[in-house]
Amino acid sequence: MPLSVPISYTRYLDDHGQPSGELPGWVDDPQLLLDFHRQMTLVRAFDQKCVALQRTGQIGTYASTLGQEAIGTALGRAMTEADVLIPYYRDTATQLQRGVAMQDILAYWGGDERGSAWTAPGALEDFPICVPIATQACHACGVASAFRIRQQPRVAVTTCGDGATSKGDFLESLNLAGVWQLPVVFVVNNNQWAISVPRSLQSAAPTLAHKALAAGIPGEQVDGNDVLAVYDRISIAIERARAGKGPTLVECVTYRLGDHTTSDDASRYRDADELSEAWKHEPIGRLQRFLHGQGLWDEEKEQQLQRDLGERINAAVEAFRSLPEADPGAAFDHLFAELPERYRQQRDELLIRAAALGGSAHG
Amino acid sequence: MAERKPVCMVEAINLALHRAMADDPDVVVLGEDVGPNGGVFRATVGLHERFGFRRVMDTPLAETLITGIAVGMAAQGLKPVAEIQFMGFIYAGMEHLVSHASRLRSRTRGRLSCPMVMRTPHGGGIHAPEHHGESTEALLAHVPGLRVVVPSSPRRAYGLLLAAIADPDPVIFLEPSRLYRSVQQVVEDDGQALPLDTCFTLREGKDLTLVSWGAALKETLEAASRLAEEGIDCEVIDVATLKPLDGDTILASVGKTGRCVIVHEAARSYGPGAEIAALVQEQLFYSLHAPVQRVTGFDCVIPYARQEMAYLPDVDSICEAGRQTMRGNDQ
Repeated sequence: MPLSVPISYTRYLDDHGQPSGELPGWVDDPQLLLDFHRQMTLVRAFDQKCVALQRTGQIGTYASTLGQEAIGTALGRAMTEADVLIPYYRDTATQLQRGVAMQDILAYWGGDERGSAWTAPGALEDFPICVPIATQACHACGVASAFRIRQQPRVAVTTCGDGATSKGDFLESLNLAGVWQLPVVFVVNNNQWAISVPRSLQSAAPTLAHKALAAGIPGEQVDGNDVLAVYDRISIAIERARAGKGPTLVECVTYRLGDHTTSDDASRYRDADELSEAWKHEPIGRLQRFLHGQGLWDEEKEQQLQRDLGERINAAVEAFRSLPEADPGAAFDHLFAELPERYRQQRDELLIRAAALGGSAHG
Repeated sequence: MAERKPVCMVEAINLALHRAMADDPDVVVLGEDVGPNGGVFRATVGLHERFGFRRVMDTPLAETLITGIAVGMAAQGLKPVAEIQFMGFIYAGMEHLVSHASRLRSRTRGRLSCPMVMRTPHGGGIHAPEHHGESTEALLAHVPGLRVVVPSSPRRAYGLLLAAIADPDPVIFLEPSRLYRSVQQVVEDDGQALPLDTCFTLREGKDLTLVSWGAALKETLEAASRLAEEGIDCEVIDVATLKPLDGDTILASVGKTGRCVIVHEAARSYGPGAEIAALVQEQLFYSLHAPVQRVTGFDCVIPYARQEMAYLPDVDSICEAGRQTMRGNDQ
């Protein structure tokens, strides 16, 4: 039976932070491990701040990344500045690791287009967050095609959730990546839930990684809550793509510890026991226990880190709050490279309507 | 030495593609059968041999993908020219056109942009199977951020396609398939682009303005000739760039004649004719001698080949609308 084709599953650390086998050589670099920890801790704290800002009406709907900090952190770290990220909408961790500023992320979710106009040098060609499901997979293939056409040693990395793997865009993209051997890596954040629809209702495939096989490309699973496993396998996939050896699909098996977005209430459809069980596997505590075991971390360092990150986050929130209101005319100014004369009058009308709203233009 | 022999529209499109690819290494062509086969209408003949598989790409048979990868390529600064084999198959790519191509520049406030062209055959009248005779340009022209262009002669196809490829934003280039091989013109292969925001006045006249685009201009021009025999002097405007619409040229003409008939193949309701009629009445209501009329396709599914000609605007209907308009407010 074809579906019995085995898919590899990589995990280096168990829930207790104990190595479950031989670790890759790069784990000997303590700074890298500490960077992972610092970054994942930042992501969680910032994510909590975003939810709090939504609850107090300071930003709009927000898609929390709670529980998925390891995936974005690892893949953002595995990419070089020359590579291009084509993200989905639950990619706060990846965007932060790529160098996108917290105030830009706040501006985006706060309803301001300037949040995707970042100037972070490592992310200048990265795509903005993609809301229409799986469409970004096609864009990633286009970006990778551009690298292929220009024969540049660069890699396109695209992310999506488990639900997105059901869409034609995803499957058409896998198919093209295989037939053109594109330098692209597909990272599936399988967090078990597409809003209220569980993984079991999404696909009869034994794993989502199996979907790569029909496209003729390698697919594999990693423990998405083990930052070491995610970093190791995605780094290999990226370097493989860079070397001209083609695409890879990496399914990161994780769990959405939060609601789908701040507009969702997962308690309507999700068992409380399942959630509390999932918390036992979350990624930050696991790495922390490993670092403790290695003598690299202690309570004092943790408290210092929390204080530092808190200050950084508060400064970013302040920067976001003090962002001056955008010129409403920008909606026309960036419609085309040069605004056709025909739209000049509409632009003026928009300015008048915006002015009439006065200070509540953003409300 | 520039080409001097007359060419048909599909050959003019081919000339423009060769010229654009030779002049700019960022121009790439992709789609179904565009490679060694040269496209099902032969618009891409010779490109694969001349520019190689990296720049002339036969894609898998997936229109969503074709549109989506064009967005990704364009975001990297390439100028992809994607072909969708018939307009009836463009809908699979609509999400990428509406939600991405048209707004990538806007949603990144200019950090990224999408200089892509999507070419597709447009309109009926070639006795093709169902889904091959669509005129759904209004669906596209309604989308902010897209440009929609429809040429009506070999020369305009050449110049407008060069302009579409050079444009820094997404352009939908609709090629009237009924005109692909029916008309020949000498086209100077001089690399000269035409403006993307200007209507063409094909015939000057003082009594009545006929506004059309694409293949329907053939019947519109014939109607103008017939009406001239009856002493009605028609001005004929080829809109050519549906979005953004060159209102100035249309308004100047109708301001002069005081009468306007709009002719299009597309279904009547919510068709581009409604937009043009609205513009005319907004600006010229008090100088109109007669209500603006439309001669259009119908609000039914375009019939299969045996009866499709009954759907398309014909010379008689255009003439009758013209005569009615001349009777105007006195009728």
